[in-house]
Amino acid sequence: MSAPGLTTRNTETIERALDIEGRSLWTDARRRLVRNKAALTSIIVLSIIALMAAFVPFFWPYGYADIDYANIACAPDWWPGTDAACRAGGYHIFGMDQNGRDLFVRVLYGARVSLAVGFVATLVSLLIGVTYGAIAGFVGGRLDELMMRFVDVLYSLPFIFFVIILMVVFNQNFFLLFVAIGAVEWLTMARIVRGQTLSIKQKEFIEAARAAGVGTFANIRHHVIPNVLGPVVVYVTLTIPTVILAESFLSFLGLGIQDPLTSWGVLIADGKDHMETAPWMLVFPALFMAVTLFCFNFIGDGLRDALDPKDR
Amino acid sequence: MWPYAIRRVLGAVPTLFIIIALTFFMMHIAPGGPFDAQRHLPPEIEHNVRAAYNLDKPVWEQFAIYLGNLLHGDLGPSYKNHDFTVTQLIEVGLPVSARLGLSAIILAVVLGISLGTVAALHQNKATDYGVMGLAMIGITIPTFVTAPVLALVFGIYGLHFFGFDFFLPAGGWNGGAFANMILPVTVLALPQIAIISRLVRGSMVEVLRSNYVRTARAKGLPNHIVIFRHALRAALLPVVSYLGPAIAGLLTGSLIVETIFGIPGIGRYFVEGAINRDYTLVMGVVICYAAFVIVLNLVADILYALLDPRVRFA
Repeated sequence: MSAPGLTTRNTETIERALDIEGRSLWTDARRRLVRNKAALTSIIVLSIIALMAAFVPFFWPYGYADIDYANIACAPDWWPGTDAACRAGGYHIFGMDQNGRDLFVRVLYGARVSLAVGFVATLVSLLIGVTYGAIAGFVGGRLDELMMRFVDVLYSLPFIFFVIILMVVFNQNFFLLFVAIGAVEWLTMARIVRGQTLSIKQKEFIEAARAAGVGTFANIRHHVIPNVLGPVVVYVTLTIPTVILAESFLSFLGLGIQDPLTSWGVLIADGKDHMETAPWMLVFPALFMAVTLFCFNFIGDGLRDALDPKDR
Repeated sequence: MWPYAIRRVLGAVPTLFIIIALTFFMMHIAPGGPFDAQRHLPPEIEHNVRAAYNLDKPVWEQFAIYLGNLLHGDLGPSYKNHDFTVTQLIEVGLPVSARLGLSAIILAVVLGISLGTVAALHQNKATDYGVMGLAMIGITIPTFVTAPVLALVFGIYGLHFFGFDFFLPAGGWNGGAFANMILPVTVLALPQIAIISRLVRGSMVEVLRSNYVRTARAKGLPNHIVIFRHALRAALLPVVSYLGPAIAGLLTGSLIVETIFGIPGIGRYFVEGAINRDYTLVMGVVICYAAFVIVLNLVADILYALLDPRVRFA
């Protein structure tokens, strides 16, 4: 075990002597990502939305369930046009909803739910997909064939229907929503990871690790997974908006989040019902959702360019 | 080709079986039976009702009965729409949904290919950026946003120019009248137009750089023949292989579009059935959709092999 330690120490000495900074794949990628204007703007915008969503109860005077019966479906003060039935006044910059609740705080609470579902369900799909794909690709042979055939069968199922049935059967359980969506999205992840694993498996360093007596699972964990992370990260940023869409889709149909909690899908559905008299109820949630989805798409594209420079 | 098609159809049978089994057992895990909410019945009558719907038998036997009836095209009675069987409801709704979906896919393919080709021919110019920007918007903004917004703009505010007031119906089906179809078909087709135009642009750009296109140009063929007869034919292959996922996307979209525009198709049955816990109706629609996806995927695969001589029916 002294040999690797020695080399590390040697490299360290050389680096210190030459006074150069080591540049790993990830530092390189980060630099390229930051230089990509669309991606950088998207990261900043998303962070602002996420921070506002996280801290809104601390700085906003209205709660998400506070009802003001005097101001039901009132327009914000600055709303153009004179035909609005009433003006909300106060700090209601986005106006009021059909129950007299402040729309700004509700849009941000919707962001909380949508982003949380996006991240958690993606994490679920990441865990299942990476493990499944890495095992199938690394072990190979009949097991690989069996596992991937199973994925093929699941692929051909109209999955959103199953999520809907699940939500109906289990009474719109919030936790189940995460799991159900995550369990749908892991299939593509598994395919990507398997494909990458198949090519990495042939590399010399895996052979060396095997020769050194590293077992299958240790090999997968220490050598395969770190090396498939590039495409996985790109796919994750593209999975999050898909998941947000799926959740909003369910909520829109009335099968997701229940009142008084809310999500962008619920807000858009409410806005649709009142769009003739209170168009702001449709405009703001739709705008926030569209901006978020755009940002994730730009970040995904930026990451792909950053991690795979030969593709540019 | 026929042996390949037959093999694919046989391969689809287990998939369909899994779908049927999954939905059936999920429905039966659901707490409460279909007749729980009704007023309390005397035990004998309740027993008879349960017997009439075979609910007194073990689940496995119920499943076998359901499968047997399914083979005869009988999807059972609807639990909530009394006096109707699921088959009757689907017979009414399916033509509506099929008409909507088919119009949308035709519109998406025609517009998507045209836009993608135009963008590729003007690569890195304003037209290209314009089309691709629109495509990005079309992909990102979900159907349940575009549908109400378009209904608001064209159905309620209306278009006003040169003293004319122009409104499109913001809902209803009206027996499939053309005016009633414009908005739902547009909404349904938009994301697919976006995706197809991106696909076509990408493959067209690549094909236009290939050697055989250069040869065709060197032979002195006129531009339109090079583009339509040589380049486009090869550039369309990704579109054909995308048709399967496109159909799945249309089905999902149809749930939203039929609900928002109040169109009496099977998508709306599904949503209403799911909310009202009309399990037999939900199952019937899922089976119907699944069968559609499988058949249309098969058609897409065969089409692909017919267009690309390099693909053999393996």
